[in-house]
Parts: sequence; structure tokens; C-alpha cells
Amino acid sequence: MSLLHWAVLSPFLVAILIPFLYKYMKRIHTGWFVLLLPFALFIYFLTFLPVTSSGETILEVLPWVPSLGINFSVYLDGLSLLFVLLITGIGALVVLYSIYYLAKGKERLHNFYVYLLMFMGAMLGVVLSDNLIVVYVFWEVTSIASSLLISYWYSREKSIYGAQKSMYITVFGGLSMLGGFSLLYVITGTFSIRELVANADLIITSGLFLPAMILVLLGAFTKSAQFPFHIWLPDAMEAPTPVSAYLHSATMVKAGIYLVARLTGVFGGTPEWFWIITIAGLTTLLWGSVSAVRQKDLKGILAFSTVSQLGLIMSLLGVGSAAFYFQDGDNALYKTAILAAVFHLINHATFKGSLFMAVGIIDHETGTRDIRKLGGLMTIMPVTATISLVGLASMAGLPPFNGFLSKELFFTGMLNVLDYGIFHLETFGLIIPIVAWVASVFTFLYCLIMFFRTFTGKFDISKLKVKHVHEAPVGMLISPVVLGLLVIIIGLFPGILAYSIIAPAISAILPGILAAGEQFDVHIYHWHGFQPELWMTIGVIILGVLLFLTFRKWENSAFYRGERDLFNYGYDYGYDGLIKGSQWLTRIQMTGRLRDYFIYMCAFIILLMGYTMYRYNLPDIGSLDLSPIPPFMWLIFIVFISSVVVIPFLQNRVAVIVVTGVTGFIVALFFVIFRAPDLALTQLLVETVTVILFMLVFYHLPKLQKEKTAIGIKLVKLLIAGGFGLMMTIISLSAFSLGQEANFPSIAEFFIENSKEEAGGYNVVNVILVDFRGLDTMLEALVVAIATLSVISLIKLRFKGREDV
Amino acid sequence: MKPIKPNDMMLQTLARLIILVVLSFSIYLLLAGHNNPGGGFIGGLMTSSAILILYVAFDMKTIKKAIPIDFVKIIGIGLLFASLTGVVSMLFGYPYLKQFFDYFTIPILGEVELTTALPFDLGVYFVVVGSALTIILTIAEDDK
Amino acid sequence: MEVLMAIMIGIIFMVSIYLMMSRNLLRVAVATLLLSHGVHLLLLTMPGLQRGDAPILSFAADAYTDPLPHALILTAIVISFAVTSLLLVMAYRTYKVHKTDDLEDLRGSADE
Repeated sequence: MSLLHWAVLSPFLVAILIPFLYKYMKRIHTGWFVLLLPFALFIYFLTFLPVTSSGETILEVLPWVPSLGINFSVYLDGLSLLFVLLITGIGALVVLYSIYYLAKGKERLHNFYVYLLMFMGAMLGVVLSDNLIVVYVFWEVTSIASSLLISYWYSREKSIYGAQKSMYITVFGGLSMLGGFSLLYVITGTFSIRELVANADLIITSGLFLPAMILVLLGAFTKSAQFPFHIWLPDAMEAPTPVSAYLHSATMVKAGIYLVARLTGVFGGTPEWFWIITIAGLTTLLWGSVSAVRQKDLKGILAFSTVSQLGLIMSLLGVGSAAFYFQDGDNALYKTAILAAVFHLINHATFKGSLFMAVGIIDHETGTRDIRKLGGLMTIMPVTATISLVGLASMAGLPPFNGFLSKELFFTGMLNVLDYGIFHLETFGLIIPIVAWVASVFTFLYCLIMFFRTFTGKFDISKLKVKHVHEAPVGMLISPVVLGLLVIIIGLFPGILAYSIIAPAISAILPGILAAGEQFDVHIYHWHGFQPELWMTIGVIILGVLLFLTFRKWENSAFYRGERDLFNYGYDYGYDGLIKGSQWLTRIQMTGRLRDYFIYMCAFIILLMGYTMYRYNLPDIGSLDLSPIPPFMWLIFIVFISSVVVIPFLQNRVAVIVVTGVTGFIVALFFVIFRAPDLALTQLLVETVTVILFMLVFYHLPKLQKEKTAIGIKLVKLLIAGGFGLMMTIISLSAFSLGQEANFPSIAEFFIENSKEEAGGYNVVNVILVDFRGLDTMLEALVVAIATLSVISLIKLRFKGREDV
Repeated sequence: MKPIKPNDMMLQTLARLIILVVLSFSIYLLLAGHNNPGGGFIGGLMTSSAILILYVAFDMKTIKKAIPIDFVKIIGIGLLFASLTGVVSMLFGYPYLKQFFDYFTIPILGEVELTTALPFDLGVYFVVVGSALTIILTIAEDDK
Repeated sequence: MEVLMAIMIGIIFMVSIYLMMSRNLLRVAVATLLLSHGVHLLLLTMPGLQRGDAPILSFAADAYTDPLPHALILTAIVISFAVTSLLLVMAYRTYKVHKTDDLEDLRGSADE
């Protein structure tokens, strides 16, 4: 295990300590202990910057299940490092923020931090593993941690609903993804991502290419809240705000983005990949931004805005994947899209993180997040207002903040599509920049709404539950201020990131595009000259402002009044239907009748065996070496068969028991005839004891009733019973003939030969029981003992209360 | 079990005789099991049917006084016997439940084969005796 | 003889399955007992019948019957004894608690 492995596992290890720290260090907020870890990890991973920016990668392999090709291999390149820094960096800020957000003594901090650390470790595992199965395992752990954190206030019904929803949707996606990974393994025989990339040609030409791709994408889309799976994200806002800032905007929802980026090298360059991702991304972008306008809850706006921004990044990855189509030549066209994706990923984490924290502060201080109740907070919370202004301006795409830069790059990337000339883009290409532009207008609009409805206008304390509203404590402001400063710094000096983080990430997304030693040239400018991008931005601002100014006009429209996403109905009805459907299905087959269950079982066994016998030939009885039938056997057979057949017709309890006893004794007789003395003795004795037992029990049981059953049911019973009997006859003949035809050497030879030498016994049966297969016998004795104990507990242990008779 | 009137003189006298024969035969079956038909299961069942005869011939209370044994404990003892013989071989570095045997000359009986399979079979014997009797007696006693 | 045994096994199974589907608990118990008889005979028939002497080496015969099914059946007999008695006791208790041994009447009780 290398240090990197320990780094991935360290959050889990620290999580073990948390409950103890919480219990025995009551006076110190548990968050302070937790804070050390992401901070230390952030510093540790920063030391890898020089490594990745020089184009190197690190691979540390730890065998886990090597026989199945599953290794816990940690692979660090530009893309992983970018995510790792986001996870640990934002993680540290979020933990710091949570120390002030969650009050010591009131909240169950140990739960919160254990889940959070669990998430952090799992997320590191997802982005650092090279093995798909390991990625999957960590992926599901992030889903579980996310659900646990959403339901952190588990007494609230909405929290449970949100947690359940996110769990169902993301786990559904995760399982599909596992299917996709398995298909990839079927195609290539490896789970390693690097080897998959190396075998990309094999995958693209395979017949399983499309199913594998769609299944993997289902995982990525559900996780990254892409349309129409986005519905879980707004409901996930029931989580404490630090969680929303961390999981549901900065890191976890970007796991899908990560996966798509990571697998671009595998699937990229095909029209299916290009179109599916681009369309999903653009639809999500548009749908999210339009829905965000309708929200009245500040966190609801941010949730839909996150959805739409994720769609934006996703669509950029889709557009950029065309790089693999143009294997050589100028890479400026598609490079812009990937550059924009990576850059916006960073920017989104900074401004959305700060916005979530600002909203958390507003919620914390005023007790509400409803924009209809808020207003005029500018003078009361100047710092929060400034942070929000910076974050929202960046999100809206205003200069000089980082959001402006990535939005411009986004427009460039989308406009470049017009020049691709592949995948029918000459026909449909124009739609892409238009959708992007329209969505940006709405993005601008909800940013305006969010800022002006919260911070300007009249402050009305009577609408709030709290008495006094004031600025948040300094500690709570540190994290959003740091993120806000990052927004400005990146906006002013994007070059800081260009070659240290962005270029290595691009070359990790697009492996094999560049020759060794080359580097993507990353130039990010504020001023491009009067290009179409600039006119698009100006258009967005003008139209957005116009829409906001006419806000009063459409405020009462049906569009604005409803805020619930239409697709929620699909989920709710689907969920109810699933439960009702399965209940119905259970009800019709679970009749509570032993008979019915028995019929199901027997019918299936008969059908299965019948099919097998139909497929393979029946044994040829004529050619078998049968033993002769001595005349007295006929007599025994007749007595036995008639006594067996007569049992169902008997109506007298004693008669049933006696006849059953007779059959048992005849079985013992068979054992005698067929040279099995041990069996005969055992059978005789067991039969005796069983008959005694029957007699004892029958004394207490009521008289047998003549059973009145419908003729139809009787017929079914006869059919099933007859079919089963016939099947057993054929099976026993087949088993016998198989033994003769295949001419296997019997295991019995070994027992007969070694019984004397190895075990010193002449009775081979007994030697098998006590020596060769001693363990079986011991366990059998155990079974008998358990049955006896059950009998005792059935009879002697009487429960008090309802059960007591 | 039905209460049996205490004046079944014939049955009771015969039962005493039969018991002796059956019990000694059952022990013979147990010991002979390794080389002739018999063994723990058969011996156990035989012993329990012998004791059952006693229960049929006499009433419950009398037998309880005569044989003051808790049959549930017998099951436990049997299981212990069976599993511990296996452990012994482990102490000498052999796999679990490896059995050994050798021939010894004992003054009166002459050459006798002693095996570790015997205590194992004895364990099975105890389990069977205990189980069979416990099952039947629990039902019989449950007359409420 | 093997064919005859096979037919007999089929009949045992048929009767046992038929009884298993009846409404009375005692009949179900009898059915399990018959079922185990059927299985024992099936195991016995599989390697062929009357192929040699009893598997006791002191008989010094040329051939012995296959001892392995015997060991299997011996185990099976004892276990089926345990299972049958458990089933009987369950039937007994069920009747004591619910005052009926009719499976049709036992449907839908709270303990189900």
C-alpha cells in the first residue's frame, strides 16, 4: 500500500474515531478534529501539482481480487488531481463552515461528520481508482453517504422523501453502470480504465458498444442529475446547507461529469456518444435554468441552477468528444469545449459553493429561504450580500469574474460546432448554440431574481420567525469569503490555473491526442474583440434585464406560480405504482394455501425437467443391464403399491397411521432384500418410533374430515401428482442408465478398498459414516439435536400474552 | 400418553425381561458397528425403543424416578463427544475428525480393536437416544 | 427389477405429492414420510440392485453393493425422522393453538 492508498482510506479511518471524539471531547466542536484531515490532504495533494503539470502520471497497484482482474489501483493524473483538490479543498472549507452552522450540543454531530468523512473517502476513491469495479464500489458508497446526509434531520418527512428519492435514482444508475462495466469487461477482458482506453478501437467496433455505453451513461446521468433524472437534486436540498454546498453542487454531482470525462477516451469520437451527451447536457441546461426561475426557495433556485450548470459542463464534454474523430490536425476547434468544461467545473465549484454558503447564512440568521418573505438584507448583512453579488455575477456570466470567462468559452465551444462538419452537424448544428444562448438568458434572469428579491426591497421582520436579524459570525463567513475571493482571483488571473491544472486535465480527458512532450495551449482572455461570443453575452444581459423588469407582468402566470418539476409526478406515480403493483402481484399468488404454493413449485419442477427430457433423449430401457425379478418380489411390490395407493382414500386416523407404518416396514424389507442390513435395522427402528409418535399425536388431533374439493382442483392435483410421479420414474431410470452408460468408476471402490486398511473397519457403511465422512455425520447429529430443541421450544415454551392458549 | 392402569402385571413383568435383552443388544449393536451391521444410529434407536417400552408398560412417574436422567443433557453430551474426538486428532497435527485405530490384547477378551471412531459413534448414539426420547416424552407430557 | 422399482418410486411420489396438497395436517405429515421413503428407494436404485453382497468385508464376497448410497440413506433416514417428528409436533401445536388442523381454515391468521 502506498501513501496514496492511505490517503484514500484515511477519511474512513478518521470516521471510526469520530464517535469517540464526540463522546469524550464534548467541549470541543467535533468539526475541529475533522477539519484537520481535508486540510492535510489538500496540502498533500498540492505537492503532486508539479508532477501532473509536467505530464507525468502516478500508478500504484494494490491487488484486491487479482483473479478477477480487480485491483485497487490508484491512478493520479491531471483530471484526478483536479477533482481531488476540489474534494479536499472545498471539503476543508465546508467543514470549517459547518462548525458554525451546526450548533454544538444540539445536533448529532458524530453522525454528520461520520457520513461526511465517509463521503469524502468514497469520492477520493472514485476519482483516484483506475479499476472500474473499485470505482463502482466507491460510487455506491457516495450514493449511500449522500442519502444519509440528506436524511440527516431524519424526523422531517421531506428529508426522508428526498433521501429515498436520491437513493433510488442514483442506485438505479449505479447498478446500470455496473452492468455497463461488466459489458466492457466482456468486450476487452479488463477493468482497468487505462487498458480500456488503449483498447478503445475494440470497444467501438464491438456489437456491445451501444448497450455498454448507454448503461454507463445512465450511471453518470443519474449521478450528475441530468435530465430527466435531475428530479432528485432539488429534493436533496433538505440536507443541511454545508452538505448541499459540498455534495450537491461542488463534488458528488460532478462524479458523473468525471466519469464521462474519464471515459471520453474510450467512447469518444463516435456520433452516439457525441449526440447523447450533447443533447442530454443541453436539455438539462435549458430545463434547469427555466425551472430555476420558477423557484421561490433560495436553495431551490440554487438546486436547479446546479442542474443546469451540470448540463452545461456535460454538453461541453459531449461537444469536445469530437476530438477523437479528428485524430490529427488542428485541435483548436474541439479543444475549446473541453477547456471550457474543465474551467467551468472549477468556476462552478467556487461560485456555487460560496452561494450555497451565503444562502445557508441567510437561512441560519432569518429562519427562512423563501424569497417572498425576504428582502432588504443588503444593509443588515453587507458581507453576505457582497459574497452573493460576486457569486451571482459570476454565475450570470458578468465580467470580470471567472464565470464570465467560462461562459465566453462555452459560447465559443458551442459556436465551433458549426465548423465541425461531421455527425450531421451541418443540418442540426445551429440548434446547439441557440439552446445554449436561450438557457443563458434564463440563467441571467434567475441570478437577478435571486439577488434583488433577497437583498433589495423592503425588509419586513414580521414575515420572519426570528426577532433580530444580523450578520453571521466571522467564522461562518470565512469559507464563503475565501471562495468569493477565488472567484475574483481566477476571474482576474485565469493564467494561474491554465498550465498547472487545466492543461493536465485536458490531456487526461483526451489521452493520446497529443504527441509526447506536447502540451495543450490554454489561453483564457477577457477581451476577444467584437466576436459573436461578446454579442451573445450582450444579448443575454439585455434580454435578461428586460425580462426582470417585466417581472410584475408574468409574476402571476401559471408558469411562475407552480414550482414543482413535472417529472416529479412521473417519479411519484411510478413509485406508488411499483408498490401497488408488487402488492397486487403478491396478493394474487400468495393465497396462504399450502396447496397453491405446492402446485407452483411442482409445476415449475415438472416443466423444467420435462423440457430437459424433451431436449435430451430418454434412456433406452431395452439396452440396460437389469437385474432379474424373483417371483416373490411381485408379491411384495403388489402389497407395497396397494398400501401406498390406499392411503389417500382412508378416512380413519388409525388406519392411515397403520398403513403408513406398513409401508415403512416394507421399505425395511426392501433394504433387507437389496443387501443393506444397516439400513434395514435403522428403518425398522425408526418406523417403530415414528409410529409411536404418530399414535401420540393423533390422540390429540381431531378426526379426519372428508375433504370436499371442487372437481377442477382435484383434477389439477391429480395432474400435478401424476406428472411428478412420472417424472420421478424417468429420473430414476435416467440416473441408473447414466451410471451404466457413462461407466464412471464408482467412488464406492475407494471405500471398499480402503475401509480395512485406513479405518480398520469391516462394515463399510459404518466406516463411511464415522470415518470417511465423519463431519457429515456430526452435522447430521447436530440437525437432529436442533430438531429436538425446536420440538421442546414448540411445546414447553409458552409465550405470555396473545400467543398463550 | 394415556394414563395406564397399574395392574398390567403381564406387560410389566415381560417388559422387565425384554428391556434387559433389548438394552444389551443395543449396546452390542453400538460396539459391533464398525465391523458388523450396527453403529451409533441403530444402537441409539434400539436403546430409545427399549426405554419407550418401559414408559408404555409403567406410568410416567415411576420411570422418571427409576431413570432420573434429563435426556436433553444427553444430547449435549453426545454432541460434545462427537465434536471433541475430532479435536483430539487436531492436537496431533492431523485434520479435524481424523480417526485412528489399533489392535490391543486385553487379558480376558483377547485381541481387541480399539478405534477413535468408537467415542465418535458413542456421541452419535447419545444424540439419537436423547433426541428420540425427548421428542416423544415432550409430547406425551404435554397433556394440558 | 430396476424398472419395476422406478415405477414404484413414481407411484410413491405421486401419492405423496397428492397428499401434500390436501387440507389436513396429519395427511401432510404422512405425505412427508412417504416422500422420504421414495427418496430413499430412489437412492438405493440408482447404482443398480442386487449387484453383490452386503458391504461388510468379512463376508469375503466377490462383489459388494455400493456402500455410498447406504451411508447417504442412513443419514437421510435419521434426518427425515427428525423432520417428521418436528412436523408432527407442529401439527399438534397448531391444533392446540388454533383449534383446527384444516389448512384452509388456518389461512390468513395473524401469525401467517
